[in-house]
Amino acid sequence: MLKNRLKQMSPGQWTGAAILILLLLSAWMAPLFGHGQPNLQHLQHSFAPASAQLPLGSDQFGRDMLARLAAAVRLSFGLSLLCVASSAFLGISLGVMAAWSSQRIDAVINFVANTVMSLPGLVLVLLVAGLAPGSFTMLYLGISLTLWVEYFRVVRATVQPLVNGPELQSSMMLGFGRWYQFRRHIWPAISGNVLTLAAFGAATSILMMASTGFVYAGLKPPTAELGLMIVELFPYFADATWVLLQPLCILLLMVLGFNLLAGQKA
Amino acid sequence: MKGILIKRLVQLLMMAWSVGTITFILSRMLPGDMAYRIAAGRYGDDAVTAAAASAVRQELGLNDPVWLQYLHWLGELLQCNLGSSLVSGNPITAELQHQLGYTLILAAAAILLSAVIALPLGLICGFQANKWIDRCGLLISTFLRSQPVFCLGLILILLFSLQLKWFPVAGFDSLPHLFLPALTLALSLAALSSRVIRNSTLRVIRSDYYLFSRIKGLSRQQTFRRHGIRNIALPVVAFMGIQLVGLIEGVIMVESLFAWPGIGHGLSHAVFSRDIPMLQGTALTCGVLFVVINTLVDGCCYLLDPRSKMTC
Repeated sequence: MLKNRLKQMSPGQWTGAAILILLLLSAWMAPLFGHGQPNLQHLQHSFAPASAQLPLGSDQFGRDMLARLAAAVRLSFGLSLLCVASSAFLGISLGVMAAWSSQRIDAVINFVANTVMSLPGLVLVLLVAGLAPGSFTMLYLGISLTLWVEYFRVVRATVQPLVNGPELQSSMMLGFGRWYQFRRHIWPAISGNVLTLAAFGAATSILMMASTGFVYAGLKPPTAELGLMIVELFPYFADATWVLLQPLCILLLMVLGFNLLAGQKA
Repeated sequence: MKGILIKRLVQLLMMAWSVGTITFILSRMLPGDMAYRIAAGRYGDDAVTAAAASAVRQELGLNDPVWLQYLHWLGELLQCNLGSSLVSGNPITAELQHQLGYTLILAAAAILLSAVIALPLGLICGFQANKWIDRCGLLISTFLRSQPVFCLGLILILLFSLQLKWFPVAGFDSLPHLFLPALTLALSLAALSSRVIRNSTLRVIRSDYYLFSRIKGLSRQQTFRRHGIRNIALPVVAFMGIQLVGLIEGVIMVESLFAWPGIGHGLSHAVFSRDIPMLQGTALTCGVLFVVINTLVDGCCYLLDPRSKMTC
């Protein structure tokens, strides 16, 4: 199945995958070459130009920009992976449950989803992040809480007609277990949409994390996080435009990579 | 139409309930004794005594069980009694009125500007589908969509106010102050909506009824006026409802970036300074804005498409 999906990927999707893999690889390799301390300050070397020792220069506290960027990329990828995995799991299981069970359960889950949907995502994330400022867990919970609804809606809409269709009905009458039916009939129908949603969701969670960092409502300094780095470096734009542009470009590349990977047609 | 309104009203109530609940939990989680904190806010830090704190506790019912306090909290919310800010001490409703005006100006300017950008671009790309101008449009839109709104804003600030010095960096005095924030929001909105307009245009001009109206002898303009506009507009207006989330999130970021004294600015500052009544008020206002504009979009769709009158 994986092979088929790889074959169907468009050039745009390959480009996206390549960008992401390149970013991840360099983020993981950087500590191996002695760039593993994102918070180590050398105040006498603030805004040092690029050199063999500091390939991307240093920031206002003389911290190694390469190490900081690598740490930020690892953090963003980790968070987006966590958020996408848990929100996809939650959304798919609730969506299948809502479509497959009694009307009452469907109504209850639908009510919860509509409640979440009634607030713009970023407002909800800011509210939840406000519960415990600077906490990675709260950020993760908030973002996952806003993301699962998308999966739920798509999965529920796809599965609902399937449940009453002849394939599932006969499979049920033949006595196959629910897990088998899910794997054989439901997963193939929803997997394409779920993967697209997952790529978009990863981009959204990276953006949300950077946005909360940017308004000082997310993680706290000195954490190397893209949004925080941008807002911290902005006052020095005249002295070090080049340093400010680095986190901007990395953020852009990450989101672009995921958007391309999602393979949007529009 | 009645069905739509009832659905939106339920949505509004659920939104208020969830905001109220989260902020209630938040207020329980603040460190320190609530009675002492409120007493300090009322009588000044020096005048806080155990007697004053216990008087406050008696008066506000802070000794009641948690569920009773929760009901009390929601009751106050239902009466639109939002309390006053922990930071400035002003009543929340007064602050919100002040901020809402600025936010509405910004949002209206952004929507208008994005329509000015996206409509011609989307139509041209649709009529010239898969030619070079369409490809350029796709490239620019993908590029704009791949960055958060605040990156776009930063780039515009760097370019227009720091290099060219055409517009002020931040603030809210006059019309030039409005331009950069509105342009930032408008570009991020237009990046997506221009593609939706393009796809909708392409679908309409390739349809049978469009071809038929040309065959029966109508000129290009007549065909576009009679059969094009309305059919193109319907999916675009429906899409605007989805894009609203982006608008409100964008408002939060852009206001923080440009120090525009609106709701979003208030919200992010309230989160930062843990000003719970303010947080509740601003989040509620964002939610109300969201629901109200959504209702307007629903209404527009209803007016544009007579078919929907039969289902409602």
